[in-house]
Amino acid sequence: MAIRSHTVGYWLGFGVVLGLFAVAPLVLPEFWRRFVTEILIWGLLAMSLDLLIGYTGMVSFGHSAFFGLGMYGAAVALLTVRPPNLWLALLAGLVGAGILAVFVAYFATRLRDIYFSITTLVFSQIFYVIIFTWTEVTGGENGLNFRQPPFSIPGIVSGTFTPTTLHWFVLGVVTLSYLILRRITQSPFGKVLQAIRENEPRTRAMGYHIERYKIVAVMLSGLFAGLAGVLYAIQNKFAAPDFVFFLISGEVVIFNVMGGVGTLVGPVAGAAFFFLLREGFSRFFTEYYLIPVGVIFTLMVIFVPQGLLGFLKHRLNS
Amino acid sequence: MSVDIPFDLLLIQVVNGIVSGMILALVASGLTLIFGIMEVVNFAHGELFMLGAYVGTTMMVATGNFWLALVVASVTIALLGAVLQVTTLRPLLGRDPLTTILATFGISLVLQNWALYQFGPVARKIQEPFTGHFTLFYLEYPWYRIVIALLAAAIIGALWLFMKYGKYGIWIRATTQDHLMAQAMGIPVPLVHTMVFAIGAAMAAASGVLFGPLVGINHAMGLDLILKAFIVVVVGGMGNLGGSILASIFISLLEAFASIWVSPAQAVIVSFVVLILTLLFRPTGLFVPTPK
Repeated sequence: MAIRSHTVGYWLGFGVVLGLFAVAPLVLPEFWRRFVTEILIWGLLAMSLDLLIGYTGMVSFGHSAFFGLGMYGAAVALLTVRPPNLWLALLAGLVGAGILAVFVAYFATRLRDIYFSITTLVFSQIFYVIIFTWTEVTGGENGLNFRQPPFSIPGIVSGTFTPTTLHWFVLGVVTLSYLILRRITQSPFGKVLQAIRENEPRTRAMGYHIERYKIVAVMLSGLFAGLAGVLYAIQNKFAAPDFVFFLISGEVVIFNVMGGVGTLVGPVAGAAFFFLLREGFSRFFTEYYLIPVGVIFTLMVIFVPQGLLGFLKHRLNS
Repeated sequence: MSVDIPFDLLLIQVVNGIVSGMILALVASGLTLIFGIMEVVNFAHGELFMLGAYVGTTMMVATGNFWLALVVASVTIALLGAVLQVTTLRPLLGRDPLTTILATFGISLVLQNWALYQFGPVARKIQEPFTGHFTLFYLEYPWYRIVIALLAAAIIGALWLFMKYGKYGIWIRATTQDHLMAQAMGIPVPLVHTMVFAIGAAMAAASGVLFGPLVGINHAMGLDLILKAFIVVVVGGMGNLGGSILASIFISLLEAFASIWVSPAQAVIVSFVVLILTLLFRPTGLFVPTPK
């Protein structure tokens, strides 16, 4: 009975948050509407990383590479295929991120802890250098600009994106991704990942082929990160090498730590918190907002290691 | 691609590779020292290097004496390192080493943006202490580069002597081997940790000042270097001082050769590939025997 009420409470909360996100573009002014859409996209990227950090215990410092490949994959599809097709862009971005994820997963999962972190970081930098210097294809430093594809489901709807419908589209994709990720983490597969996080030698002794589980975890995570990249590309109509640079990976790790790892929604809250801090501090510190944000982040690592959501959970339980 | 590379070009690149390898070794040995003793992966190391270079230029402008600038920058950044260690890393002692990456990443963001705020986005240059040249084939090779390599070697040599024979050096080695036992023998382990962090910071600052005249100084100069230093430290074997020095020279030489054919920006990929191959086949480092 207790479990039942817990689940009801969960879906109720889920519905309320979803409803709030859905009405947001109708009531918010232009700036904040865009802000909320961006939070959803960055939240999806942070969620994808949470699958690794929070559920498998592997801190990837290279998620910008998957995000970037999603972006550039979508860009290439939108620039080469006439007329530009939304679903093709989505597919291209996912394929791009997926191929990279297979590659990175194969090498990086042989390593543990900080070695995994450094390897993912280095992989993302390799990719950054390639994008930055391969000017003929990627546009080099300037990146690629393209037009927003029209939104169409054959036979049902077709039309161009307005900021509001784009927001709903992003919300739909992110919600679906969240539900899939949640299902994954609650599946037997997800439980094995958590077992690896808790005690790797023991999980191995129980007969699980750890490397395979880790490879699949990195691939799934990379795919969702790529999906976030596609959404970002469609929203902003460009792909730029700055988004592949490892500082973006670092920011995504910050979202996770601020929001609370191992919760899926925590990282989204972390992204929202980060961007709110950025907005707030930009008023006083202009482009140097990372000074106070960095201080807050460092303090949170020391004093609130479970993140905002973990902290709230702890408070509510006690 | 033909293979007729002129021999003189190859030799020039050898000299270039060794010079930049020594600078890298100076940064990497501080990084590996810090890792060896407290399992801290110091993400802020590149920022300490960058701040060292800035303190160096400021002193140069104020006094005009390069050597004084070198000493003042090292001491200032050593103090900063000690403060950072006490305030942010000491509370993390005993937690997952990954949290130290996060904390030092936070510090690096703060320091980098503070430098941008304080010194502005325009690159600055430190005046070289000597401007002499000697002829290396068709090039006028600056003496200063040779002096840098020698100075870096001297600093690393001094560190090695200190670790081997100095009383505090022995403390450091004892703490690295077994910090509980060291504590039981009366070694003030927390103090040793702070000291090691300060030494590592000072070495980063010194290389910043030495490197300054070769490239412009800007707030982002630590980013490229820290990546390379990470690679070197992993390739050389985490916590292995000799290994990271060899790896620094090895990787810098490879990059110098690679830049004969491709642009320096792409030559970086060579060191990435070395890292990946090392991790796959010799995960404990290239220059240490693989444990059975």
